[in-house]
Amino acid sequence: MILKFIKNRDFILFTIIFIILVAVGISNPNFVTLKSLSDVLTDTSILIILALSQMIVILIRAIDLSVASNLALSGMLISLLSQIYPDLPLIFFILLSCGIGTLLGLFNGLVIAVLKVPFIVTTLGTLSIYRGLIYFVSDGKQVYSHEFSDSFLSFIHVRFLSLTSLFWFAVCVFIIIYILLNYTKFGRNIYALGGNPEAAKYIGINENRYIIAAYVLSGFFAGLCGYLWVARYSVASTQIAIGFELTVISACVVGGISVMGGLGTVTGCLLGALLIGLIRNALPAIDISQFWQLAISGAIILIAIIINTKTEQRKEKSIMLEKD
Amino acid sequence: MNNKILLNPPKNILNIFYKKEFILFLVLILLIIFNSQISPYFLDLYNLIDSTFLFSEKAIIALSMTFVIIARQIDLSVASIIAVSSCVLGYTTSIGLPTFYVISLTLFSGGVCGAFNGFIITRYAIPSIIVTIGTMSLFRGLAYSFLEDQYYNKFPDIVVKLGSDYLFGYIPYSFLTFIILTLCFAFVLHKTIIGKRIFAIGNNPDAAKYTGIDVDKYTFVLFTMNGIFSALASIFLSGRLSSVRPNIAFGWELQIITMVVFGGVYIYGGSGSILGVFISIIILGMLSFGLGLLNVPGVGIIIFTGLLLIISIGLPSVIKYFRNQNE
Repeated sequence: MILKFIKNRDFILFTIIFIILVAVGISNPNFVTLKSLSDVLTDTSILIILALSQMIVILIRAIDLSVASNLALSGMLISLLSQIYPDLPLIFFILLSCGIGTLLGLFNGLVIAVLKVPFIVTTLGTLSIYRGLIYFVSDGKQVYSHEFSDSFLSFIHVRFLSLTSLFWFAVCVFIIIYILLNYTKFGRNIYALGGNPEAAKYIGINENRYIIAAYVLSGFFAGLCGYLWVARYSVASTQIAIGFELTVISACVVGGISVMGGLGTVTGCLLGALLIGLIRNALPAIDISQFWQLAISGAIILIAIIINTKTEQRKEKSIMLEKD
Repeated sequence: MNNKILLNPPKNILNIFYKKEFILFLVLILLIIFNSQISPYFLDLYNLIDSTFLFSEKAIIALSMTFVIIARQIDLSVASIIAVSSCVLGYTTSIGLPTFYVISLTLFSGGVCGAFNGFIITRYAIPSIIVTIGTMSLFRGLAYSFLEDQYYNKFPDIVVKLGSDYLFGYIPYSFLTFIILTLCFAFVLHKTIIGKRIFAIGNNPDAAKYTGIDVDKYTFVLFTMNGIFSALASIFLSGRLSSVRPNIAFGWELQIITMVVFGGVYIYGGSGSILGVFISIIILGMLSFGLGLLNVPGVGIIIFTGLLLIISIGLPSVIKYFRNQNE
């Protein structure tokens, strides 16, 4: 029983996070203060939200490479709006950002499910289309912090229990997706579809509907993060979140979401995002040059994929042995 | 009824209209007519030849990427391999190695990166898209950690000449290399047993394995080759830009895959031709050249390429849908 618990993936991830915290804390005690840790959580919140929504897409054997461009386009559009009408209520901006994201996600889903364009081609295409549209609507200009209203920027820095509301957003998204995937028919069907699409079709799951739903959810949360990102960094430019989709996917992969579909837990995904966020924040704290960060995260992704695949293959083998 | 057509194609001259390559060729002709009507500078021979500089490097990688995609794999790390090889090129020049060693080491570094991809994919049986997403940031990250915020601007004379000079004052060396490579690749893919086996692997890897093809060996070699050709492209690119930063060729993987897929190569492997890819490369090159003459900014071209990619693959299913409606 205890052995089984120790071999549990989520437990291993949790232990790794703990070890890193202790190791970094020893070399730089300032890193493990309450304030600094809450900063790390704030910094990782957007990654957590995007990783959790990307997880749904990966579960059905697809990938959404356009999330970062989607985020940037929604963020830029509401920034341009707030430049003209700074006095609109905040909730309107948030909902609008989510709405734009949802539409962009719906476009992905429709192209994949209805036009049958492979997901990799579609999302690679929309990755550049959405990114290109940002230049188009903004004329390549930036929206600076003084052009936003105060409530627009200050809302996510409101603290509750000494954690920022940005982090509470991530907590809410975690709870929603946890319930959605574990306790609803929708979630079970997503796992079924990813585990064995053929079998899922025979029990009457409409594949297209779930593909569209997964991309719509991914788009919705990307839109939400569009507001969060712009408000957190107080600037909207054409370059925001460029290349972030790879960080999101690596968080999922590190969290044990299988790219073969149908395998992975919501908690694992959360821990994967936390681990990546922790490493990104810990590297500067122990004086590793920022130029090394990309290489290190690339190496971590590769190692995580290899470990994942090995454990999956071992499981398959043991199932076959039991049959004999 | 569809099956009958597939089984016994009637010997009819009209059949040529159903060929993807023919449709691409028509698109190319229309594009040239359209462009020459819109801008008087388009049909200028010097302009046309000079415009090949902008796509020849990508085109060289697109040829070997065609092999990779036909074998049901994909390589998203090519642009990052360019970054690594360009750094090797700059570094080996800066420590004063002779030109021969500089070029061989550059090609070797590309081969090592490609072999690394191939090793992980075949040894651990992981889908290439995920592995190359990982190595895409790993290789790019290596280039960043090596160069940091520095750059190289000294290269051997022959590299600069290759990147920016013309043979007999007319044909750019990069374009010439591309043409020669196209012929070689077309021969290997369509006329040799190697090509037949690559198609077989792409159509059904398991069946290919049972017929005695060493699928892993082919996959490994294809990725290594893709790395070497990325390094070759990096030589031309560095020579042309005469400056190497770690962000060199950023985003090229998408453009290269667009070239291949727009040329009628099926993204899940097993079908496609070098001729189609060749025409698609010329179309995309002429398109961005034409749009450039019309002062459409680079961003417009990015949006256009993305749309073209989706439409070119989505169109057949739309046509099929309407055809079914009519029946």
